[in-house]
Amino acid sequence: MEHAISLFVRTIFADNMIFAFFLGMCSFLAVSKDVKTSAGLGVAVIFVQTITLPVNYLLQVHVLAPLGLGYLSFILFIAVIAAITQLVEMIVEKVSPSLYATLGIFLPLIAVNCAIMGGSLFMQQRVLLDPENVKAIANLGDAFAFAVGSGLGWMLAIVCLAGIREKMEYNDVPKPLQGIGITFITVGLMALAFMCFSGLNI
Amino acid sequence: MALSKKTKEAFLGPLNANNPVLVQILGICSALAVTVQLKPALVMGISVTIIVALSNVVIALIRKSIPMRIRIIVQLVVVAALVTIVSEVLKAFAYDVAMQLSVYIGLIITNCILMGRLEAFAMTNNVKDSLMDGLGNGLGYAMILVMVAFVRELLGSGKLLGFQVIPQWCYDHGYSNCGMMFMPAMALILVGCVIWAHRSINEENK
Repeated sequence: MEHAISLFVRTIFADNMIFAFFLGMCSFLAVSKDVKTSAGLGVAVIFVQTITLPVNYLLQVHVLAPLGLGYLSFILFIAVIAAITQLVEMIVEKVSPSLYATLGIFLPLIAVNCAIMGGSLFMQQRVLLDPENVKAIANLGDAFAFAVGSGLGWMLAIVCLAGIREKMEYNDVPKPLQGIGITFITVGLMALAFMCFSGLNI
Repeated sequence: MALSKKTKEAFLGPLNANNPVLVQILGICSALAVTVQLKPALVMGISVTIIVALSNVVIALIRKSIPMRIRIIVQLVVVAALVTIVSEVLKAFAYDVAMQLSVYIGLIITNCILMGRLEAFAMTNNVKDSLMDGLGNGLGYAMILVMVAFVRELLGSGKLLGFQVIPQWCYDHGYSNCGMMFMPAMALILVGCVIWAHRSINEENK
């Protein structure tokens, strides 16, 4: 339990998906124009991540590893992710049409969001680590903690950036740097700020 | 070899005016993560070029028989199969680089350049144009990777491809490597600057 909590906190701050590994950058940059949409996409990412990562963990531990089919992991993981995203899209469309209207085009993009696929691939590496290691994923509980943590970390990053970008609208930025250029530099500075979490140990 | 204007445009466009990283803002994740040193950046650029070109060709070949509703899954399976092949080849012939790239080889599957090009180009164009479009986009991506990695490795460790290029007497006279360059944050700031330069140059040409 202690290990799962430590892993959870570490994954949100020190091993943040965006600032430490650059995963999920494309939708991160494209959607972070206003806070509300960003928060919606963040929730969708947490949701999909929390379902797919433990499923992929079970597949890895109980199917791929014992049968020695490690090389099939890419195809299998992406199939699981694509199927679950399709499911989430259908559920959101039914339950919350207003959320669907704002997120409509981004939901299919979650299937190709690197943060989701990257989470599963990191899980595959971390299963092999020594269980004493803070980064190790030793059981299903750890897989859940890692999934929720990485999703939350991603949401935290996108909401922060959206907040900054909303304020930045009123600033006088050199013309060629406007838009995507200044966003990159902002994210760079945020990543520097997040580095102070890297010594975090619980 | 006589190429039609459209084919030429499909190849040359992504190298500058329509660069996948700088203008379309696709495939940023891996572009940032593998650029600490020049060697992994080169390997990554070449792998992505091969995969984009081949998957564009495959999808262009079968584009008429793919049902619209499940096209994303079909595309993902084609890409995942190609990435698995590249990953196994790298593990066999360049094990140390494959370890350095770690999960980012697998993440080529979710590289937005691939899905973007498959959706926007290969689904509606013939095989030859798709091949050129894939090559152009792959090379446009590789070009940015190499540019960023060049700066980061040169300033970060004074080396290029592992060879010392900044001579010892510079260090003796007080020059020191910039440790900042190893941090993830600098990759973002550098790409931001490349975009800035690219936009200002293109603005002048107009």
